[in-house]
Amino acid sequence: MSVPFFRKLKAALIFPVLGALGGCSKAVLLSPSGDVAWQLRDIILVSTGLMLLIIVPVIAATLWFAWRYRESNAEATYSPDWDHSTILELLIWAAPLLIIIALSALTWVSTHQLDPYRPLSRIGADRPVPAGVKPLEVQVVALDWKWLFLYPEQGIATVNEMAAPVDRPIEFKITASSVMNSFYIPALAGQIYAMPGMQTRLHAVINHPGIYDGFSANYSGAGFSQMRFKFHGMSQAEFDKWVQTGKASGKALDRAAYLQLEQPSVAAPVQRFGTVESSLYDAILNRCVQPGARCISDVAGAICRAPRQASLELPPPLAAPPAM
Amino acid sequence: MPEHTATLPGDAGRQFYLTEAHHTKNGTLLGFWVYVMSDCLIFACLFATYGVLGRNYNGGPTGADLFDLPLVALNTSLLLLSSITYGFALLQGRKGRVGSLLGWLAVTGLLGAGFLGLEIYEFTHLIAEGAGPQRSAFLSAFFTLVGTHGLHVTFGIVWLVVLMVQIGMHGLIIPNKRRLMCLSMFWHFLDVVWIGVFTVVYLMGVLP
Amino acid sequence: MPDHPVTDSLLFGRLSWDAIPYHEPILVVTFIGVALAAAAVLGAITYFRLWGYLWREWFTSIDHKKIGIMYVVLGLIMLLRGFADALMMRSQQAIAFGESAGYLPPHHYDQIFTAHGVIMIFFMAMPLVTGLMNYVVPLQIGARDVAFPFLNNFSFWMTVVGAVLVMLSLFVGEFARTGWLAYPPLSGILNSPDVGVDYYIWALQIAGVGTLLSGVNLLVTIVKMRAPGMSMMRMPIFTWTALCTNVLIVVSFPVLTVALALLALDRYLGMNFFTADGGGNAMMYVNLIWIWGHPEVYILVLPAFGIFSEVVPTFCRKRLFGYASMVYATVVITVLSYLVWLHHFFTMGSGASVNSFFGITTMIISIPTGAKVFNWLFTMFRGRIRFEVPMLWTVGFMVTFVIGGMTGVLLAVPPADFALHNSLFLIAHFHNVIIGGVVFGLFAGITYWFPKAFGYRLDSYWGKWSFWLWLTGFYLAFMPLYVLGLLGVTRRMNHFDDPSLQIWFQLAALGALLIAGGIACFLIQLYVSFKRREELRDHTGDPWNARTLEWSTSSPPPAYNYAFTPLVHDRDAWWQMKQLGYTRPQGGFIPIHMPANTWAGIVLAGISLVMGFALIWHMWPLAILSFIAVIGVAIFHTFNYNRDYYVPADDVARCEADRTRLLASHA
Repeated sequence: MSVPFFRKLKAALIFPVLGALGGCSKAVLLSPSGDVAWQLRDIILVSTGLMLLIIVPVIAATLWFAWRYRESNAEATYSPDWDHSTILELLIWAAPLLIIIALSALTWVSTHQLDPYRPLSRIGADRPVPAGVKPLEVQVVALDWKWLFLYPEQGIATVNEMAAPVDRPIEFKITASSVMNSFYIPALAGQIYAMPGMQTRLHAVINHPGIYDGFSANYSGAGFSQMRFKFHGMSQAEFDKWVQTGKASGKALDRAAYLQLEQPSVAAPVQRFGTVESSLYDAILNRCVQPGARCISDVAGAICRAPRQASLELPPPLAAPPAM
Repeated sequence: MPEHTATLPGDAGRQFYLTEAHHTKNGTLLGFWVYVMSDCLIFACLFATYGVLGRNYNGGPTGADLFDLPLVALNTSLLLLSSITYGFALLQGRKGRVGSLLGWLAVTGLLGAGFLGLEIYEFTHLIAEGAGPQRSAFLSAFFTLVGTHGLHVTFGIVWLVVLMVQIGMHGLIIPNKRRLMCLSMFWHFLDVVWIGVFTVVYLMGVLP
Repeated sequence: MPDHPVTDSLLFGRLSWDAIPYHEPILVVTFIGVALAAAAVLGAITYFRLWGYLWREWFTSIDHKKIGIMYVVLGLIMLLRGFADALMMRSQQAIAFGESAGYLPPHHYDQIFTAHGVIMIFFMAMPLVTGLMNYVVPLQIGARDVAFPFLNNFSFWMTVVGAVLVMLSLFVGEFARTGWLAYPPLSGILNSPDVGVDYYIWALQIAGVGTLLSGVNLLVTIVKMRAPGMSMMRMPIFTWTALCTNVLIVVSFPVLTVALALLALDRYLGMNFFTADGGGNAMMYVNLIWIWGHPEVYILVLPAFGIFSEVVPTFCRKRLFGYASMVYATVVITVLSYLVWLHHFFTMGSGASVNSFFGITTMIISIPTGAKVFNWLFTMFRGRIRFEVPMLWTVGFMVTFVIGGMTGVLLAVPPADFALHNSLFLIAHFHNVIIGGVVFGLFAGITYWFPKAFGYRLDSYWGKWSFWLWLTGFYLAFMPLYVLGLLGVTRRMNHFDDPSLQIWFQLAALGALLIAGGIACFLIQLYVSFKRREELRDHTGDPWNARTLEWSTSSPPPAYNYAFTPLVHDRDAWWQMKQLGYTRPQGGFIPIHMPANTWAGIVLAGISLVMGFALIWHMWPLAILSFIAVIGVAIFHTFNYNRDYYVPADDVARCEADRTRLLASHA
């Protein structure tokens, strides 16, 4: 157990961590392009730093004590019956406690600030959301095994491709058709589960133009590994052009087309729909796209769970009864 | 605990072992009690599930539509009475009157069987009406919670019959006394759970 | 009701020749290998006429020592299977980039990662932990066996049945493709109509019965059967952690039972607990399964902490620092572990206050855990450390586990988790704490107590090789996964498009190979130690100069453990006895009351195996018959009142005299 060995061990521990943190530009979690993801990054770094305050001394002490008090070192003091010290006990409970108190405060504040359901109050550091800006609403449906994006404001829909203008807040409303998935674009924001018959929400904003990866972060079956899409951050003008391309595609996303899409398929190609049936998303959420199916909102009963602090919500009632 | 007189040289006056036979305290009652607590946790989870899913009617019938409270009241009386008769059985056992003990146990078993019979009647009636456990999450939770309790009562009755046979064969030897105490714990536990079921499922279920 | 196709036969349910995967070359080769190995083993047993011996001395034994050894054997065998799955996953992920789809089709790969998790947690870690607790705790408290010896035997065989069902799924049908916790709706009947999830459900339900009963057993043992004078605050720390572990088992396994039962009701009877339609709520399953799942990981790690608390004082030749603080820390961890479960699904949308609460409780657990680490550190401080193999594992643990703990506290901050949930960072974290904590602890414990169980030490040369390969292999295999998580890579992928990621996966695969080397060295160590056992023989019963009561017995101990029940005056009872010049009793032996062997445990478990298999394949008549048989045999067993016997005083005297002679000749 020679000293060089221990040094090598320490190096082996720290190198990968430094390597990852040290300007590795592809580490998307550490150099994201959306303000929400950027704030998440800060939390990760600050929390890690706080904990390293304890961890590094502990590891160093372990290796140091293992070395110094080895049996062959006759010079070291040997106190075989020393098993208690009130001061030390106080210290070893108090020091971690202080770190945890700091972390807890950070947790409480940041969890509320970065609640995915909370509308954005800023689009960047020192950049509040400009007055009068309405968020871009995107409705997301996790299918087997592809992503459907509906843009109610623009009246288009896409499969496995998404776009948004830079610096405009986006409000995602997310559901799924069959099983639990997790909607995640690491460069943009944190992830949130997509669940059938339920709606989750995510608020985010993209600050830099580019093409970013999006995927499901919760295993959902045979086509899971191919359930990926590209998220395009663009200028407003380019985004308008992208919307026009969608509209020009000529395909209509009505109930029949949706039921086709719902069929399991793997590695689906990008598709665009120029028109979307108006109540389609609500029907998907209520699980009554199929003719003859009863909508959840109709059968949920008179006793409704009121949404508490913008957490999980029951699907809203349909605007018009579904056509049979 | 008995410390013994003679110490061995070199033991610094301490005795490090008992020289007489040491009978460890019997752990059966504690062990069974711990098991009953784990069973209680199973019911707690079923209650929690019922709490979460109990209003998901899926457009189907509600508790108010389905529950026949007079029937349930009768059911409940049978079960609570059976707990009392079990107590009578144990009292007779304490006096050494095996015949009376067995008699009261038989009454307990019959009352339990009556409880089960009524419950099976209720279930078959509900299923025939189209309100089976597949109809909605509420009904799945109802049938599972009430049905699990009923299954426990069934096992309790089987155990009761077996124990009656064993007491008949061997009398009130110590293992049989322990088994009587364990079954007593089990039976009263099921009673307590039923009070919970009765309140949370039936009484609260018929409220608007 | 779910459809049961017309092709289901009454006798065979949905079982048909198609269930055997002739067309999967990897499985066919595996089957041939397993069949040959099994034939060799069974053939050897028959040839050496060992069936009678095995039945009498091991399979029907209620001796906690033998049951403990059998648990450990089961755990080590399943380690090999679970690790084979790991090697396959690592190799697939190292090569499946761009055009290459790897060698494992998704259908196969998805079963492998599910089986890997299920096997490692339920059939490797749990049996090893249970086995060590079973072996050591009665000896440490001065008892002769556990409180319910028959139940102990039964619990073991039920665990074996669970493992057998999982292994069967390789060759008859298939296993679940859902991940190790089988979330609905994916695991529901609509999305997983095949037998895989049913294998999962019944394997875990049957093994779960065994585990729950084992929890009750050890809990009552520790509460009721401690030697006179051993108050709670004089128990060895390993016994304390065993007590808390078994409390956790009793309060968490029923929740797993309910979660799986409700899933089974959905699948078998078309109920609507977790369905997307019909009013079901899949989030309820997620909550239930993690209310079990988080205490489960503490069930695994607390005994490991206990092992370290035994190893460190022994090999530092110093009293454990802060005994009381260790006890309080263990109890606090036990209670808190029940209050953190939601941190496994921060991303399910619970709302900021709920998420914060659970994040904060999770962080609070690091305080008593940290206190334990400091206590071990201060035990090493001013001690005299001998780097025998168990101490190597311990130092490796202390460095490795704290890194894993740190990443755990990081993940406990909900916003951080929003980015890192289900990523390879998460995988790196939990392997960091499970390997660095549980596995390292188990190897330390196995090496530490091996001489007690078998009478000779393990060869330390191969033990050190095993340690260093595991340590370097672990870092090489999992540090790249932390990096990959930060690169935005999620878990359970069988193919990747971005070629720049490949180097990290290749490093990880190399690390897995090093770990394979570590496992190989461990197996070689077992073999070499057996061959060299006379050189490595432990004559004194106390090869490490240790401190707790189990080391006062011979190696291996006699069936009755202690000729006379010990009388305890302090912590570290054996150390005190040695300090005060304890001399062994030479006479006055009395007959000893012991429980008798039983066939009922293995028979009941065997019928349960048939019942489980029948339920999986929808063979309803067989299922009903075997259920009735289980009840019938159990009732029949209760009619047997002769479950004990007395070891005659002469036998005890002879056994003790043999030991006295042995000690004298090696003084």
